[in-house]
Amino acid sequence: MELIQLTPWDLGAAAVLVMLLAGLSFHLQLGIEKRLSIAALRSAVQLSLLGLVLKVIFTQSNPLTIGLLTLFMLLVASYEVMNRQQRRYQGYWGMGVGIFSMFISSFSVTLLALLVILQVEPWYTPQYLIPLLGMMLGNTMTGVALSLDCLNQNAWQQRASIEARLMLGHDWHTAIAEIRRNAMRTGLIPIMNAMAAAGVVSIPGMMTGQILAGSQPLEAAKYQILILFLVSASIGLGSMTAIWLGSKHLFDERQRLRLDRLTQPKR
Amino acid sequence: MPQLSLHNLQVQQLAPINLDISAGQCITLSGPSGCGKTQLLRAIADLDPHQGEARLDGIAQGEIPAPQWRQRVGYLPAESAWWRERVGDHFTNPDPKLFETLGFTLAWLEREVSRLSTGERHRFALLRLLNNRPQVLLLDEPTANLDQTSTQQVEQLISDYRQKLRAAVIWVTHDNSQHQNSTHHYRFKDGKLEQAWS
Repeated sequence: MELIQLTPWDLGAAAVLVMLLAGLSFHLQLGIEKRLSIAALRSAVQLSLLGLVLKVIFTQSNPLTIGLLTLFMLLVASYEVMNRQQRRYQGYWGMGVGIFSMFISSFSVTLLALLVILQVEPWYTPQYLIPLLGMMLGNTMTGVALSLDCLNQNAWQQRASIEARLMLGHDWHTAIAEIRRNAMRTGLIPIMNAMAAAGVVSIPGMMTGQILAGSQPLEAAKYQILILFLVSASIGLGSMTAIWLGSKHLFDERQRLRLDRLTQPKR
Repeated sequence: MPQLSLHNLQVQQLAPINLDISAGQCITLSGPSGCGKTQLLRAIADLDPHQGEARLDGIAQGEIPAPQWRQRVGYLPAESAWWRERVGDHFTNPDPKLFETLGFTLAWLEREVSRLSTGERHRFALLRLLNNRPQVLLLDEPTANLDQTSTQQVEQLISDYRQKLRAAVIWVTHDNSQHQNSTHHYRFKDGKLEQAWS
């Protein structure tokens, strides 16, 4: 089966749907038409650019340009993580926690998949590396952002009981243990839901893509299972790293709760 | 040697504070609200960054691990906070005798914290603190929300504890009446700590 080529008219027809939705929102005064249009436009521009960039990168297969692209992806993901926080860390920690935790998790899981599981030759073959890393980063970004937001919001709201425990001589690990557990669970809920619904309620994006491209459904399913497992490992590792680093940064060397290291939420 | 000594301890807008308190001694502190009394207690308990030094039995704050310092220098804030549902979840090896002095039995451990009155919660917070056997007590208006009977019970308990364990006590109080427990009284005036009487 050949993949049916999309013409500009096909995309235009789909775009009309989005425009209709925006028009309806305007008519009913729902107030989402502007954000919806910007988001739709952004996705069209970003994906077209990515298509162009990947076309060049795939033909060149130059490790340096591939490296630069992954670095760019990491930075954008970290910026998104920071941007989704109600209360973020002051200074370079704001971006730093996201960069470090996602580098540790997404990059190592992607590398493991390329070297040990898929055994791609050479390992940096962009046709495998870029989509894999993209899926790891995209999902881990959500997990890390949710975890950090939960951690810092709860630490702020429960500052009195955290300090009450410190006053009684509990160490900082004990004082924030429950909030940490909560943050970890919050970060992992989306992927756990996705795994539970996969194949029964939803057909995940990658499997859909492979089936549309003509793969055997069972082969596509195997790839999808691999990806789901890798993604949950990456999210778990990323959230854990971010929560560990982030909660440590909420206390200083004398184990004082230092909420002054967080910014005020913008309103 | 004094039990607790403060050397040029500096918090926020206050002038550096020097103070020695010996074992078994109780001093009271008063001053207008917002003058920094709570900040001072928090600094002694090492809950906020601060300048200067506090020593316990001659050992500097920084040389004792923070959790251990806070166990030995027990701070009772004006408002108590709880992190679990039941009262009993906040106690390890509760002492029934201690409970009786404030009119409670160990059966109260099963109660839910959210169903207690402010005064009850405050008295349990004191019991929770004394359960740690601290050498120094930093009390931020410990009887502010209590009726007369409870106030007397709390004052008696603290006085007994101080004498039995030779604990040093800093008692922050709002009213300026001479305190039966204290040997010295200090007050904050224009950001300075001065002795009112002894």
